[in-house]
Amino acid sequence: MNAPHDQPLHERAPSIWQGETLAEVPFRAYTDAELYARELERIFYGPHWCYVGLAAEVPKPGDFKRTFVGERQVVMVRDSDGTSINVVENRCAHRGMQFCQSNFGNVPNFQCPYHQWNYDLKGNLTAVPYRRGIRKQGGMPADFQMQGHGLTQLRVAVHNGVVFASFDPATPPLAEYLSPAVLKYFERVFPDPSSGREPVLLGYSRQRIPGNWKLMQENIKDPYHPGLLHVFFVTFGLWRPDQQSRMITDPLHRHACMISQRNAAGAGEATQGVSTFRENLKLQDDRILDVVTEPWWNGPTVCMTTIFPSLIVQQQVNSLSTRHIVPRGPGTFDFVWTHFGYTDDTPEMTRRRLRQANLFGPAGYVSADDGEAIECVQRGATVHESAGTYSAMDGFGVGGADHMVTESLIRGMYGYWRGVMGI
Amino acid sequence: MEGVTSDLRIAIADLNAEYASCLDDRRFDEWPELFTDDCVYRLQPRENHERGLPLATMAFESKGMLKDRIYAATQTLFHIPYATRHVVGWPRVSLSADGHIDAETSYVVVRVRENELPELFSAGRYLDRIVAVDGRLRYKQRLCIFDSALIANSIIYPI
Repeated sequence: MNAPHDQPLHERAPSIWQGETLAEVPFRAYTDAELYARELERIFYGPHWCYVGLAAEVPKPGDFKRTFVGERQVVMVRDSDGTSINVVENRCAHRGMQFCQSNFGNVPNFQCPYHQWNYDLKGNLTAVPYRRGIRKQGGMPADFQMQGHGLTQLRVAVHNGVVFASFDPATPPLAEYLSPAVLKYFERVFPDPSSGREPVLLGYSRQRIPGNWKLMQENIKDPYHPGLLHVFFVTFGLWRPDQQSRMITDPLHRHACMISQRNAAGAGEATQGVSTFRENLKLQDDRILDVVTEPWWNGPTVCMTTIFPSLIVQQQVNSLSTRHIVPRGPGTFDFVWTHFGYTDDTPEMTRRRLRQANLFGPAGYVSADDGEAIECVQRGATVHESAGTYSAMDGFGVGGADHMVTESLIRGMYGYWRGVMGI
Repeated sequence: MEGVTSDLRIAIADLNAEYASCLDDRRFDEWPELFTDDCVYRLQPRENHERGLPLATMAFESKGMLKDRIYAATQTLFHIPYATRHVVGWPRVSLSADGHIDAETSYVVVRVRENELPELFSAGRYLDRIVAVDGRLRYKQRLCIFDSALIANSIIYPI
C-alpha cells in the first residue's frame, strides 16, 4: 500500500497536482503539513508583501500594534520621528523571547522583560545589562558588537496609509508587486492623503476559521458564489450575476479585483432556480441598507480586492474594511477585520458605515456563512486528500472577465501558486 | 446598592433567565419582545468597547432590527447547525441618578454542534439598561461585551 505521508515531499511532489487543469486543486493543498511549511517559507516569508495594518492604527510616536506575517509575530511601530513606520519581528535577539505581549500600546523603546535587552524603535540593539560584567567578572565577550544583534527588521512599504512588510529583500517595490491594474483600485479606496480622505479606524472583528488560508483568497476570487450563498446579496441586488461587473487580475494572476454595480434586484434570469432568492423579503428596519453614493465610487458600488497572500480590501457600498489572513497551520487561519471610514466623513456617514457593518464580519449577513462554508470545505478535503476541487466555471483559462459566472481568478492564483511551490 | 430592592433584583434575574431560555430553547420569535421598540442591542468584542472603537459584531437599534436578525439567522444564513446553552450570573444592579435601572451580568455560552463535543463559545458580560413597560421589565439597552476578541468562526444567533 502506498503511504504518501511517509515519503519526503520532494519525492512525491510530481504527483501532488494530479489534475490536468488549474480547475482541479488537490485537497492536499489544504491539508498537507509539508506543503504548508513550504508556503510559509516561499510565500509568507518569501518575496511577497504581507499586510500588517493601517498607519492610522499607530498615530503617535511609539504607538505599536502587534500582528502577524505568516505565523511570525511582528510589531508595527511609529518611529520617534512621528513619520516613519517600522516593522520588527517580535523575537528578542538574545534568547528568542516574544518580548511584546500586548496587541496595542505605546513605548519609548522595546525592552525584553527576560534580561532587559533594549532596542530602539527601529529594532537596533541599544543596551545589554551587565554587558561589561560585574566587578570585572563575566559579561559579553569583549568583541561583542551591538550592531548585528538587533531585532529582525522587515522591509516596509507604506502606501497611502496602508502598511505592508516583507522578510525578503528580493520583494519588488509595492506598486510593481500590485501591478498598475490592481493599484488603480487599491488607490480608489486608499487615495493619496492630499485628497483629504484618509482612513479612520472604526474597530476590529477577529474570527478563527477552521480552514486553509487559501480558501479565503479563493472566496474573494469567486464571483460565482455570492449571488447563490448569500440571500441578502441576491435579494437586495448587492451582488448578482445580472449586474454589470468586471473581474481583473495582475499579470501573474495572484491578486484580483471583483468589481460590480448594484442593480434594482427583483426577479429575473439571475434568480431563476436560485433557492436563496426571496422575492418578498422586506426588512423590518432597512437602515442597514441605507446606501448613499460616494463621489469617489465613480460607478462601482462594490470592489473586493485580494492582495496575495494575506489581504482583502473590501468596499461594499458604504462599508469598508481590510481583512487580514493569518495562517495558523494547514487547517486553520485567523481572519482579522479592520473597519474604517475616512477623515472627511460626516457623523451620519460614520453611523451608516457602522450600520452596514452588520452585513460583514463574523456575524455578517453576507459573510458569516463564508466562514461556515470554508469550514465545511476543509472538513470535506481533510477526509479525502486524494480528491480535489473542480472549479471549471467559464472553462479552464485564467485572467479577467466581464461577468461573474467564472472561476478564472481562482485558477489564476493556483497557476501562480504552483510556480512558487514547484508543484 | 441604594434603592435596589430584592424584588427588583429577582425581577431582573427572571428577565435574564427568560432571555437565555428564548435563545437556548429556540423560541427566537420571543427574543425581540424582551426589548423596547427603540432598543439598542450591541454584541461587541471587549477590545473595541474598552478602546472606545464603535465597531460591533452585531449592532441593532430597534426591535425591527432584532426581528430581521432572527429572520436571517433562521432563514437566510448558511451555517453548521448549533444549539447554545447560556449560563448567566447574578445581576449586579444599580439605579442611576436619573432613575434608570442598570444591571451588569456575567455570562458563558456553550456551543453544541451535532457529532461534536460541547465547546466554550463565548464569555463576557451584559451591560443592561432596563425599563418597565406596561408593568414588565424590558431591555432598553443590552450591550453584550465578549471577553475574547477571537470568535470561533462565526456567530449566527444573538448571545
